[in-house]
This record gives sequence, structure tokens and C-alpha cells, in this order.
Amino acid sequence: MTGIATAPNTRGTAGNAVEVHGMVKHFGTTKALDGVDLTVREGTVLALLGPNGAGKTTLVRILSTLIKPDAGTAFVGGYDVLRQPKQLRRTIGLTGQYASVDELLSGYENLYLIGRLLDLSSRGAKARAAELLERFSLTEAAKRPAKTYSGGMRRRLDLAASMIGRPQVLYLDEPTTGLDPRTRNEVWDEVQRMVAEGSTVLLTTQYMEEAEQLANELTVIDRGKVIANGGVAELKAKVGGQILQVRPAHPAELPEMARRLHESGITGATISPDDGLLAVPITGEEQLTTVIGVLGGRGFAIAGIDTKVPSLDEVFLAITGKPTADPATAPAIALVKEPVA
Amino acid sequence: MTTATLAPTRAGDTRAEDPRIGLAGTLRHVGALTRRNLMRIKADPESMFDAVLMPIVFTVLFVYVFGGAMSGNQDDYKQRLIPGLLGQTGMTLALAVGTGLNSDFQTGVMDRFRTLPIGRASVLLSKIVAETLRALISSAILLTFAFILGFELKTGVLELLAAVGLSLVFGMSIVWISMLLGMAMKSAQAVQGVSMLVLMPMQFGSSIFAPTETMPGWLQAFTKVNPLSALADAARGLLNGQGPIAHPVMVVLIWSAASTAIFAPLAVARFRKRT
Ligand SMILES: Nc1ncnc2c1ncn2[C@@H]1O[C@H](COP(=O)(O)OP(=O)(O)OP(=O)(O)O)[C@@H](O)[C@H]1O
Ligand SMILES: [Mg+2]
Repeated sequence: MTGIATAPNTRGTAGNAVEVHGMVKHFGTTKALDGVDLTVREGTVLALLGPNGAGKTTLVRILSTLIKPDAGTAFVGGYDVLRQPKQLRRTIGLTGQYASVDELLSGYENLYLIGRLLDLSSRGAKARAAELLERFSLTEAAKRPAKTYSGGMRRRLDLAASMIGRPQVLYLDEPTTGLDPRTRNEVWDEVQRMVAEGSTVLLTTQYMEEAEQLANELTVIDRGKVIANGGVAELKAKVGGQILQVRPAHPAELPEMARRLHESGITGATISPDDGLLAVPITGEEQLTTVIGVLGGRGFAIAGIDTKVPSLDEVFLAITGKPTADPATAPAIALVKEPVA
Repeated sequence: MTTATLAPTRAGDTRAEDPRIGLAGTLRHVGALTRRNLMRIKADPESMFDAVLMPIVFTVLFVYVFGGAMSGNQDDYKQRLIPGLLGQTGMTLALAVGTGLNSDFQTGVMDRFRTLPIGRASVLLSKIVAETLRALISSAILLTFAFILGFELKTGVLELLAAVGLSLVFGMSIVWISMLLGMAMKSAQAVQGVSMLVLMPMQFGSSIFAPTETMPGWLQAFTKVNPLSALADAARGLLNGQGPIAHPVMVVLIWSAASTAIFAPLAVARFRKRT
């Protein structure tokens, strides 16, 4: 086993931490994965973006040796998912979509146990557990049974558990779903720290914003198929950057604001009088500055501004020309788009 | 030494190349997981009720309620009942393995373990170690209580240990059946329910509580082949120094071997498939 050379088909391609070829998985008549190809370069973050039922969790579970594919091959850290599961498990860490902590044990005991199972010394496991509890703001709750934790605390404990062994490849299945913004930022920081320390991350998400924040590359899947793939900037360009939302102090001024922008050569502004919002698609900082300059220069009183990353739904719309299959992923607050005359 | 597994494992790291875990590693994993099982008991002391209270409740109930009626006097009945209860301890607690396994599968904890580089047998072994400890505690409580009530050990410590050992050997062979139940059922409660359904007829349709001679013929046929009868008879012989020992011990060992031969491969195959 030790003499295997680094060559395609036996170890995957050098420089790729994860390599998936033609992955197929059926559950009864459901085609959860329908020929997925994907690579994650060493030391990078790939975000797997897709609506409910797209096959994200299925792929992550196959790459974690939890389930077996029907067809296709995959290498993680150079190890074959099917033929070298034991070696592969030494290289990965997983935070599944659903919590997998022992509810009767305290946070500290959960982490200590996993450290010991990863062959850390008793002292090493203690130190690592304390370190991660601190980083995920769980020190105060460390001695309490995990069943007394809030949803967000459990999630953080689960994330900490997957990081104990400083895995070479880290899978995070919707790591921030259900977390408040502060906690979400904390998780993002920890993921970035793991990457800085040399880990490769494959994360699934339904949030474009999260992908943009963390990922180098994006793969969009829908119904078990890859429908788009590329750098974050590349895909964003396709989708059209960000949306600037302006809330004037006097909603009555909305049409006037849109007209002024149009006169200044800024196109695509839409207004929604019901929400009292003006929405302007922007592609960069200069445009943002221009819009603010125009509105400020004309003396409109502005009560609030915000930029918003296009939702997964808008990304889908841009890529496929049709909305996501599942209405559950549609944005909760849709902007009523009224073209300005 | 511990950091070897943590460093990036791509090329040349023999530790990761070698899929074997080794004896030292397995022992460490089983140790860590046993600690987990014990911490779970500590966090949920009620789970010890069966181990702690059952021997006491059974002893009090049967010695004082039925003892006089069954054996003429309570002292004779004690000498009959206590060895029988000791004999069945192993089986009672072996049945808890399946419940624990089931809840690990249900809660996703098993998924976490399955992504770790540990032998799949470790989780199981640790459950067996913890249940054995529970069986020993349960036996100790039963005996302490029995001695307080005036039970007499008519032989010696070696015979007593042999009886406890025999009970554990039989318990081990039941662990496989319990595992199969644990993996087949949808919830831990269901596993517990079915375990009770198996246990009750075996307990009461045996020579543990009453002499079998008074039972109807069809029931005697069952009690004769019931391994718990053989266990009770063997324990009685060992603790009271009366009656046959070799024969019932042989019967128990044959039952244990047969149960292990049939159910261990099935349970292991099923466990491998799910892990
Ligand atoms: N164990 C299973 N048995 C039957 N069908 C399954 C099973 N696991 C997944 N599926 C089906 O496979 C498809 C893909 O599921 P998967 O969980 O991979 O989606 P997902 O992208 O993770 O979705 P979500 O965003 O909701 O988590 C779905 O149609 C799902 O119903
Ligand atoms: Mg999922």
C-alpha cells in the first residue's frame, strides 16, 4: 500500500484535496446525485450551493464514508473513499447538518472524548478541548450537559468537535443555518482560521452571502447535477454584483430619487413604495459612491442604506433562467420591482 | 507522537498510510468510549435503577410475599432465590446493550464515531465493558442485601466468583441478540419493550423463583430447556454446596456457545453493514 505513486485514478491528482468524478447515488427512485464532478484545491474553500434536496448532504456523507455511492469515484487527501476509508478518516473532520453531540455529556466531555479517539494524549485532548470551547464562546457552559444548550450552542459544539484533530479536509454541512449574526461571524472566523492553518474546506450553504464571505470557488448544484461552477467573482459577475437598498426619510420622494439617478446615468433602479425602498443594482465601490453622491447632492434625506448580496434564488434565476424548484428557498422578503418610467 | 496524526497526511506519512489501528490504539479507544458510557450513567443516574433496585425489589417481594408459601419458611426460600437472581444478572444487563446502541444510532452520535479513525468494534466493546461493570455492581448490591437479610454462603468465595462469572459468560452470549434488536428497532423504547417481553417469560418460566415440579407439563418442558433454569441450578449448587454443579454448568456453557455461534456473526454482519 505504501508504494503507490501519486497518479490519477489511484490517488487523485496532486494538489487536489477533494476530487469527485461522476458521483451517482439513488435512494429508491430518487436520484440524489446524478453524475457530480467536483474538485477542491488544497488550502482553499469550496462552497456547495443548492436548494433543499439538491444532494449536498448526500455528497458530504459519501465523502465522509458514511454512505456508499452507486457509481463514481472520489479521493480525499489522496485516499479513495471506497477503498481506503480508514486512511481517509484520519484526514477529515465533519460537521453534519444535524447535531451529533452526546446530549448527556458536557461540552467539555464531548470534545475530550473525540480528542482521545483521535489519539491525542490525555493532556493534549484536555488542552485542545479547552481551547476550542474558548474560541466558540462555550467556556462558561463547558461543564453543563449538552442537552441544556441552545440550538446555536449545540451547533458551535458540533463545529468545535469537527476541528479537534485539525483535519486536513473539513466538511461543514450548512454550518451557520439557524445561528444569529454574531455567532455566524464567529463561525466564519474559525473557518478562516482553519484555512489559514492549512485546512481545506468543503462547505454547503443556502446563503450566497456565506459563500461570498468564505469561499474561493463555488459549485451550484440542483437535483443532483452541477449547474454552475467557478470562482466567486466570476459567478457574481454573472449574477450582477450587489443590490444597494436606500430608505428615504420621505417615501414620497422615491420616484423623484429614481429619476435623478436615471438622469445621472445610473440604470436599473427600482422602487417599492410599500416597503419605502429604493433598490439599485451595483457592481463595485465606485458605483456605490456615485449613487450616494447623486442622492446626497440633491438633498434627499436618507433614513437608511444597506447593501444586499443576491439571494440564492436570484443566483439561480441568473444561471438557469428559472427559479429554484423549491419555494422554501425563495427569499422571504421579495422586492416589488416597479420599473421607473 | 500525538501530533503525527494531525499533520497533513498527504505524502510519506506512514501513520496515515497504515490503516491498522493496533492493540494499544484499540484499548485507548475502548477506554475513552467506556469513560463516555460511565459519564452517561453519571449524568442519568435513573438508568442505574434496574441494576440497583431490581435485586432489592425482587428479593424483598419474593422472600417476604411468596417465600413462606413456597418453601414453607423464608430462610429456605432465600437460599433458593438469591443464587437464582445472581444467575440471571448477566442476561438482564446484557439486554441494555441494544438500547444504548439504538440511541447512539438515532441521535447521530454513531455518525460522528464513524467518521473517526477508530475500529468499529470499539464502540461495541465499550458498551460491553460498561454493562459488565453494571452487572458486577448489581451482583454486589444483591449479595450485600442478601447477607443483610441473613443469606448464608455455604461454600466459599471461589464458588461465589464462579457463579458470577458464569452469569457474565451467559450475558455475553445474549449481548449479540440484544445488538440485533437494537439495530432492528426504530426507537430505544421499542428495544426496551421487546427486551422485557423476552426476559419476563424466561425469568418466570424458570427454576429461579419456584421449583418446577409443581408446574404443568408443557411449562416444565419449557423450564427444562430454559438456560436460566440451568443458570439458577448451577448457582445454587455453587453457593449452597448442594445439588449438581457440573451438569447445569455444562448446559449453560453449551447454550452460551450456541447463542454466540448463531447470533454473533449475524450481529457483526449487520453492524458492519450499518457502520
Ligand atoms: N436516506 C435517504 N432515504 C431516502 N431519500 C433520501 C435519503 N437521503 C436523502 N434522500 C433524498 O435525496 C435527495 C437529496 O437529499 P440531500 O439531503 O442530499 O439534499 P440537500 O441538498 O442536503 O438538502 P437540504 O438543503 O434540505 O439539506 C432528496 O430528495 C432527499 O429526499
Ligand atoms: Mg442537507
